[in-house]
Amino acid sequence: MPDKTPLYAEHLSASGKMVDFAGWSMPVNYGSQIEEHMAVRQSAGMFDVSHMTIIDVTGAQAEPFLQRLVANDVSRLAQLQALYGALLNARGGVIDDLIVYRIGDGFRCVVNASTRSKVLDWFTQHSPAGVVFQHKPQVMLAVQGPLAISKLAAVRDIPGLAELQHFYAHEHERWLIGRTGYTGEDGVEVMLPEADGVALWRDLLEVGVRPAGLGARDTLRLEAGLNLYGQDLDEAHTPISSNIAWTVALEPSDRDFIGRAAVAAEVANPTEKLTGILLQDKGVLRHGQTITTEHGTGVITSGSYSPSLQGSIGLARVPQAAKGECHVDIRGKYKSARLVRPPFMKNGSPRYKLDVNN
Amino acid sequence: MSEIPSELKYVATHEWARLEEDGTVTVGISDHAQSALGDVVFVELPEVGLAIADGEEAGVVESVKAASDIYSPITGTVCAVNEELDDRPEIVNEDPYGDGWFFKLQPDDPESLGDLLDSEAYAEVCEAEDH
Repeated sequence: MPDKTPLYAEHLSASGKMVDFAGWSMPVNYGSQIEEHMAVRQSAGMFDVSHMTIIDVTGAQAEPFLQRLVANDVSRLAQLQALYGALLNARGGVIDDLIVYRIGDGFRCVVNASTRSKVLDWFTQHSPAGVVFQHKPQVMLAVQGPLAISKLAAVRDIPGLAELQHFYAHEHERWLIGRTGYTGEDGVEVMLPEADGVALWRDLLEVGVRPAGLGARDTLRLEAGLNLYGQDLDEAHTPISSNIAWTVALEPSDRDFIGRAAVAAEVANPTEKLTGILLQDKGVLRHGQTITTEHGTGVITSGSYSPSLQGSIGLARVPQAAKGECHVDIRGKYKSARLVRPPFMKNGSPRYKLDVNN
Repeated sequence: MSEIPSELKYVATHEWARLEEDGTVTVGISDHAQSALGDVVFVELPEVGLAIADGEEAGVVESVKAASDIYSPITGTVCAVNEELDDRPEIVNEDPYGDGWFFKLQPDDPESLGDLLDSEAYAEVCEAEDH
């Protein structure tokens, strides 16, 4: 039996179509994925992301421990600031991507659901004396969209919420509210106790925040050019060839994080890159399809229909020099496509226009 | 519970077939299938004139979520396709047994329709998949 989040009954009463995802019974949609997607782009939607793994890291050695494990540098974090980064293996391959918050004397890491046991094992394996880490199950609710903040403010009095900066968090009673998300829209991710989480869900529903499932979460993050672990990120590829080179802090040069040498070598001599792709023909790009470019072949790592662009978009790993026009093999037919820089959406508007050949 | 009209015939791969007065057979996908697929965004239809055997791939329906093959329920020749689906694939979700039809066949043997599942047998197929 898959695990259920504390919001399971809420999903059922909102007509959630439940699917097994990484050992969790989660809603893929509540009727129409496209409508949920557009609600987040145009007003506000909410996602139950309680299946994600929250790990609190404390103890005198917490900071050096995370400086060794995370390719981004957590020592740069101010109090209640967050950063996005990757855990790397010795070859520079991505074990997982995560968000790290500095809270008090310690840190909170939010990692994926699908990688929970792998990451906990990795932490155990590398934790010196003086580090305590604990998986902390809570409700985690992502409220996203241009109206997300005003809707949350309408149901809860949270001083300082409107002023909260991007990638900073706010402590409110026993809640942690991060101005973060996975949609490319404004919004927050709220971590809070179970009973509070259920009440917040119900109150947000009441003021018109639309429940959105894993399906909409995937198309929203794809339009925003954000990677999904297991598709765009994996242990065979470094952050450099995964379009997240910016999350690798090579300075200071004496910080010896795991994977550093491999990543530094790839920075000096990159061979492939992850970029965006627009399908200029009918059909839908999907994970695993082969791309032919003038500089060699590549592969679609994520592909879907984009409700905002009303056509198919994707992320693709291609030879470093590849750009512009290319072809994608969709069920044996070569369809024309174009490599572009992600994201596909910025400030709520498409950055590209899709010209589909008829 | 999805809608399963009793006047239609079905196959376990979730296509429906209807014998029309002119002797052709209209094919589409069931309400259960469209609901499982979610928002349909693209349908690849067979060429008119294509001779196709029962159980053979006749096209592809793509939702936001996934691509799924469409199989011909009977043997025959494609005599019409629903060109409306090119511009408005969402009608597969809105009206799977009506405007959301996929293609029409001139059957080799109209009697072969009798070998397909009736609505009760098809309801059992859906029931089994849901559990």
